[in-house]
Amino acid sequence: MHYAFTEDQLMFRDAVRSALEREVTPERLRARWESEDTAADEAALWETLAGLGLLGMMAPTARGGLGMSLLDVTLLLEETGRVALPAPLVATSVMAAPLLAEVPEAAERWLKPLIGGDAIVAVGLASGSPWVADADRAAVALLEADGALHAVPRDALELTPEVSVDRSRRLFRVGWTPTEATRIADGEEARRLTAAAFNRGLVATSAQLIGLSRRMLEVTVAYASERTQFSRPIGSFQAVKHHLADALIRQEFAAPVVHRAAHSLSRPGADPETLDAHASHAFIAASEAARLVARKALQCHGAMGYSYEVDLHLWMKRAWALSASWGSPGWHLDRVEALALRDP
Amino acid sequence: MDLTWTEAEEAFRQEARAWLEANVPKEPLGSGDTREGFARHVAWEKALFEGRWAVVSWPKEYGGREASLIEWLIFEEEYYRAGAPQRVTQNGIFLLAPSIFEFGTQAQKDRILPQMAAAEVLWAQGWSEPGAGSDLANVRSVAARDDEAGGWRLTGQKTWCTRGAFCDAVYGLFRTDPESARHRGLTYFLVPMDTPGVQVRGFDRLDGDEGFAEVFFEDAFVPDSAVLGEVGQGWRVAMSTASSERGLNLRSPGRFLATASRLVRLYRERLDGQDPAVRRKVLQGWMDAQAYQFYTYRTATRLMRREAIGSESSLTKVFWSEMDLTMHEAAMELLGPLAELDEGSPSAPEDAAWLKGFQFALAGPIYAGTNEIQRNIIAERILGLPRGPRPERKKKGG
Repeated sequence: MHYAFTEDQLMFRDAVRSALEREVTPERLRARWESEDTAADEAALWETLAGLGLLGMMAPTARGGLGMSLLDVTLLLEETGRVALPAPLVATSVMAAPLLAEVPEAAERWLKPLIGGDAIVAVGLASGSPWVADADRAAVALLEADGALHAVPRDALELTPEVSVDRSRRLFRVGWTPTEATRIADGEEARRLTAAAFNRGLVATSAQLIGLSRRMLEVTVAYASERTQFSRPIGSFQAVKHHLADALIRQEFAAPVVHRAAHSLSRPGADPETLDAHASHAFIAASEAARLVARKALQCHGAMGYSYEVDLHLWMKRAWALSASWGSPGWHLDRVEALALRDP
Repeated sequence: MDLTWTEAEEAFRQEARAWLEANVPKEPLGSGDTREGFARHVAWEKALFEGRWAVVSWPKEYGGREASLIEWLIFEEEYYRAGAPQRVTQNGIFLLAPSIFEFGTQAQKDRILPQMAAAEVLWAQGWSEPGAGSDLANVRSVAARDDEAGGWRLTGQKTWCTRGAFCDAVYGLFRTDPESARHRGLTYFLVPMDTPGVQVRGFDRLDGDEGFAEVFFEDAFVPDSAVLGEVGQGWRVAMSTASSERGLNLRSPGRFLATASRLVRLYRERLDGQDPAVRRKVLQGWMDAQAYQFYTYRTATRLMRREAIGSESSLTKVFWSEMDLTMHEAAMELLGPLAELDEGSPSAPEDAAWLKGFQFALAGPIYAGTNEIQRNIIAERILGLPRGPRPERKKKGG
């Protein structure tokens, strides 16, 4: 038993943090929210992510990726959450890349452009959200139909935009027709690939939610330390302190559960029920922590936080959106319960 | 990071499990917070010591196994998994001993630790006073210097001392500088209960057990060897170990993992006709116990790498105490009408173990520093929020 990240993992985390802090500022995020045409900015950011090695981080080294495990990239994903990265990194790099790597023809066709930043891969799985993010920018979308897995090129997708509360998320209802040509796996193999991709995405999103929580809590501590009422900084009042202590407790006890799930998913041997339970536990813990932190952050910001021009809502709405996009809470609880009932 | 067990850790676990399976009393010992139950628990502590499981993390010369923190956590998991009795030696072994290891003289270590490990001398804590609960620095008990006799004369009152009426000795803070205020001028004393001038009176807790005591000191003389650490440094001695192992030792995850498993069993047996909301509480408890488990593995890893954990023990204290209460509340709900039945009632399940546990869980957010105080510490020392107003310094002659 040894629970510590390695020096390499921490150094990569620090490098990604400083790059993302420089590149993905609240101003840039806000511009994404408010501009009519964001295609050029999206492309530029995607190129930055490719340059950082993030797009191919989980692709096999034999295909030009970094061959990292989910555990290796967990801290990087926390950082992408911290800045509310407006890019389909989880779908393309965490869900799709390792999946494609297991399907030789698809790997041949898609991995190189994926790693190089020339092909975004959108993902829409039956157990997740009915909407597919960034489907309009994707070269190909991985979609499920009748237990089979399909890789559907962009021009075969019929897209109807939806509007997310997080305006930097570009959501679409996707119409498509499964064909022989689009099918890349079926039966037991499709089930295994989609279950693994789903759990990877779920834990990656959980890591992002931890990063979002940390950011919201940090800005709130800074605000409560500066904002003065009754001639004192409001952060010196116990009522405010206790809100933020509660937020920190939930956040700090969610992170280890996310790391445990990443660890489980990065090793051979665990049975599917255990993996499902660990992944859903991570998501329940991280999404509840993020929503609690968001609420406490808003409360401690007062009317300032309720103002559209203050940045807090950019992170808060991302937390809401991510919490909503992975199936119902009851379904996740079912997956946890299945393992709990095996407890001797 | 490797969240699996090494062969050595697994072997340690199996050894502990085998010993516990062979030795844990088959019949429950009753509450250790009553005089009769306490005696039975002391007998169990002696058996633990004989098996060299009483103080696994201590040096061998004092009866330990020099187990690592991780191994200690494994032992705790096995201990509670086996349904072994509550540790009535807890206030000595887990709360006093770390301070003795850090601040004690060699003579104090040699005199106190072996008897503590062997359950020959049982220690009670004497932190609180009638006017010093959450505000522990408001200690009024005094120790007056007696140069002639080479020691100190103690006067004052301590209260809410756990199992104090059954213990042989008590530790606590006394004001040695009469001009001092708050945290300054306090000294940490180790006092045998049979010292002339010391009187103990047990009193009942919420659940009716005599688990509390108040200890009165009236000009009670103790020699200089009763001082732990330096005179005037009592606050530092009392607090310094809070950020090291003691933060872990107070309540290890094993205890709550065992409660979570029992709760899931109860849920499985009594699923029919329950409010669906109770499912959420049961599973929340089960999940939180694991969150605490992995959080603690990380803390142990850090401590073994000689990293300091600062005020994080305040985070854990709030988390486990509220988790424990949630789990017991869920059990009360699952039990329905049975939740009312107390010890000795013929139909009470497991002789009302859940009801007893529920009442004890209610104390969790209160003892060892109320959760409100812990939240202040979290906010100020971990988050770095501005300090709130503090009590004014006592003015001389004021």
